[in-house]
Amino acid sequence: MIIELGHYALVLALAVSLLQAVLPIVGAVRNDRALMEIGTVAAKASFLLVAMSFAALTYAHVTSDFSVRNVWENSHSQIPLIYKFSGVWGNHEGSMLLWMLILTFFSALVAVFGDNLPESLKANVLAVQAWIAAAFSLFILLTSNPFNRLLDAPGEGQDLNPVLQDVGLAIHPPLLYLGYVGFSVCFSFAVAALIEGRIDAAWARWVRPWTLAAWTCLTAGIAMGSYWAYYELGWGGWWFWDPVENASFIPWLAGTALLHSALVMEKREALKIWTVLLAIMTFSMSLLGTFLVRSGVLTSVHAFATDPTRGVFILMILILFIGGALSLFAFRAAHLKAGGLFAPISREGALVFNNLILTTAAATVLTGTLYPLALEAVTGAKISVGPPFFNMTFGLLMLPLLLAVPFGPLLAWKRGDLLGAGQRLFAAVAIGLVAGSAIYYAQNGGPIMALFGIALGAYMIAGSLTELFLRSGLGKVTGAVALRRLSGLPRSVFGTALAHIGLGVTLIGIVAVTAFETEHIVEMKPGMTTDAGGYTLRFDGLRNSNGPNYSEQSGHFVISRAGVNIDEVWSSKRLYTARQMPTTEAGIRTFGVSQLYVSLGDGMADGGVVVRIWWKPMILCIWGGVLFMMAGGAVSLSDRRLRIGAPARAKKQTKPVLEPAQ
Amino acid sequence: MIRRLLFVAFMLLSASPVFAVNPDEVLDDPALEARARALSAQLRCMVCQNQSIDDSNAELAKDLRLLVRERITDGDSDEAVIAYVVSRYGEFVLLNPRFETKTLLLWGTPVVLLLAGAAAMLVSARRRAGKTTGTALSTEEQARLDAVLKD
Repeated sequence: MIIELGHYALVLALAVSLLQAVLPIVGAVRNDRALMEIGTVAAKASFLLVAMSFAALTYAHVTSDFSVRNVWENSHSQIPLIYKFSGVWGNHEGSMLLWMLILTFFSALVAVFGDNLPESLKANVLAVQAWIAAAFSLFILLTSNPFNRLLDAPGEGQDLNPVLQDVGLAIHPPLLYLGYVGFSVCFSFAVAALIEGRIDAAWARWVRPWTLAAWTCLTAGIAMGSYWAYYELGWGGWWFWDPVENASFIPWLAGTALLHSALVMEKREALKIWTVLLAIMTFSMSLLGTFLVRSGVLTSVHAFATDPTRGVFILMILILFIGGALSLFAFRAAHLKAGGLFAPISREGALVFNNLILTTAAATVLTGTLYPLALEAVTGAKISVGPPFFNMTFGLLMLPLLLAVPFGPLLAWKRGDLLGAGQRLFAAVAIGLVAGSAIYYAQNGGPIMALFGIALGAYMIAGSLTELFLRSGLGKVTGAVALRRLSGLPRSVFGTALAHIGLGVTLIGIVAVTAFETEHIVEMKPGMTTDAGGYTLRFDGLRNSNGPNYSEQSGHFVISRAGVNIDEVWSSKRLYTARQMPTTEAGIRTFGVSQLYVSLGDGMADGGVVVRIWWKPMILCIWGGVLFMMAGGAVSLSDRRLRIGAPARAKKQTKPVLEPAQ
Repeated sequence: MIRRLLFVAFMLLSASPVFAVNPDEVLDDPALEARARALSAQLRCMVCQNQSIDDSNAELAKDLRLLVRERITDGDSDEAVIAYVVSRYGEFVLLNPRFETKTLLLWGTPVVLLLAGAAAMLVSARRRAGKTTGTALSTEEQARLDAVLKD
C-alpha cells in the first residue's frame, strides 16, 4: 500500500511539475500575479510529493520488502540497517529518485527564499526548474520505475553490491547530487534571464550564492568519492581519471569558472553574456555526466545501468535542454548589454584568465573522456585515453593558473599593477621555495620537480595570506587596529583566501605523495617484518571471521618505530556470500598527515601471504586542502552581501528603531 | 626548450607507482624493474575497465606484465617494447594515445581552445580600449560646451 502511494505521489509530482512548467511563464507574459504565484505553490508541492515518494521507497528498503523489484535486486535482509538506507540510492532507479528529490528541493528553496526576486524572474526560474523536473520524473516513470512489484515475492534479496556497502555510499552520492543538481538553479536563472532578455548585477548577486552552494557540495562530493575509492579499492590510488570521475570533474571545473565570472559580473557588470553561457554549460555538463553514468555508455564500476532505452531517453533530455538553452542563448545573447570596461591587467583580467584556463581544462577532460567513443563510432578505430594523457595535458594547463592564483586578489579592479603585485608576492615566493626545499630535504630527496611542486603549493598558501596581511596593515599599524581591520573585511575575502590556501594544500599533498611515496610488495610469513616510511611492520598472522553477510580473512600487523611498538593494524579480504564477490578492506594508519596503507594480497602455497605496504607521505593534505576549499565556500556563502533576503530584512528591522541624534 | 622541460617534469611527477604486481614477478635489477613499472603504467589492461596493467589483478594483465619484463630483460628499448605490445594488441592498449591524424582533435583541442580564447580576449580588450579612448567630443558637443562655459 505504502509503495503504491509512493508511486502515485511520483505521478502526481509529474502532473504538478507540468503545471509549474507552463502557468508561471504565462503569468509572467501577461503580468498576472496569481498565475505567477502558482509556481511558488507548485514548487513546494512537488517537493513534498517527491519526498513522500522517496520515503515510500526508503520504507520498502528498510523493511526489506522483496516484493518490490528494486529492493529484491539491491538489498538483503542481513545487511546492516545503514546500508538498507543508503541502498535506496545505491542503484539506478533509486539514485534517479534521489536526483529528483534534490532537484525539487532546490526548486522549493527558490520558492521559499526567493521573495525578494522580481516576480517575473522568480516565475520563470521556477518554470525552467519544472521543465527539468518534468523531464526526469517522466524518465523515472517510463524507464526506471523503482516501484515495480514482483508477482511472486522472493524470500531473500540479491544483496547490495559489496563495494557499495560502506558509509561512503551514504554520503558520496547525496553530496555529489547536491552539487550536480544545485547548478540547475544557475541554469534556470540563466534561461529565465534569456527569456526576459534582461540581466543586471542583481541577477549575479542571486546566482552567486547558488553557485557557491552547489560548488561547495560538489567539491565535497568529489573529494569524498576520491577518499572512498582510496580506502575501498585497495590499491591506494585516489584519482584514476575514470570516465565517471571525469563526469563529475568537468562540471566542477566549469562551476569553478562560473563562480569566478559571476564575481566579475556582480562587482563590475562585465562578462554578462559569458556568465550566462557558463551557467548553461555548467549544468549541461552535469546533465552530460548524468547521461554518461546512467546510460552505461561508459562501462565502469559505477555504471549499474546498461539498458539502452534509458540511454536514448536521457540523450533526448540532454539534446532538448542543452540544445534548447543554447539556441535561446544564440537568439537572445545579442540583446544583453555588455557593460563594465577594464584593462587586460586588472582583477577582471585575472578572472578572465582563470576562466580561459578552467574552461579549456574542462573541454580537455571532456574531449579525452569522449574521444574513444566518438572515434570508434566514426571510424571504428579503438583507442584508449588514460591517466598519462590527462596528467600531462591537465597538468600543463594548470601550471600557469596556479602561478597566477595569488596575483588575482592583489590586482585592483579596472586597472591593476602587475609589477606591484609581483613585488608584494616576493615574500610568498621566498617562503614557497624555503618550504619546498625543507620538505624535499626532510624526504631525503626525490625527483627535483617535487621541490618546485611543493614550493608552488606553499607559495599559493603564503600568497593567499599576503592579501589578508596587506589588508590588515599588520606591521604598519598596531595589532589591535590590524585585528579590527581584519574583522571589518567582507567574509568573501576570507572565503577567497581559504579556498586558495586549500588549493595550495591539496597541491602539496598531490606532489608529495606522487614523488615520495614508497611501496613494498612482499611475501610475508608470521613473524616477518618489513620497513616502510621509517616504521617497521611485523606480520602476526591471519585470522578468519564472519560478518553479518560476509566471511573475512584478516592479517594482523604490529607497527613499531625505533624498536618501540606504537600501533597495530588489521588488513582484510572479504567474500560477500550472496554475490560471492571479494573485496579488500585495506588497513590504514595515520601518522600526522601521512598514512601507512596495508593491503592483503593472495595467499601463497607455503603459508605466506602477499602483502602490499605503501607509505603515503602527506597524503591527507589532498583532502585536507579540500576541507579548506569547502570552508572557503561556506564562509563566502555567509557573506552578508550574499545572504538571500538580508538587505530587505535588515531594512524592515532597523526602520522602527530611530537612532537618537548625536 | 621550456616546453620540453615541463613535459619531462610532468612525466616524472605523474609516474605514480601503484600496482598489483606480485613479488614473484619483480625483476632482480631495480633499474630494469623501474622501467617495467613505468611502461606498465602506460599500458591498458584489455579486459578491465580503465585500469593499467600495473594496477590490475587480472590474469591477462599479469601475462602482459611478464611479457613487458621479458622484453626488457632481452634488451629491448622502451620504444621497442611498446611497439611490440602494440603490434600484438593494437593501439587500444596504449593509455597515452599517439599523436597522429586520428588523434589530431584530441591533442589539438586544448591548444586550439587556449589560442582561440586568448585571441578572443585580445580582440575584446582592444575593442574595449577603442571605446574608452573614443571619448573626444564631437565639434557639435564642443560648441555646446563652449557655449555653456561662456555663460
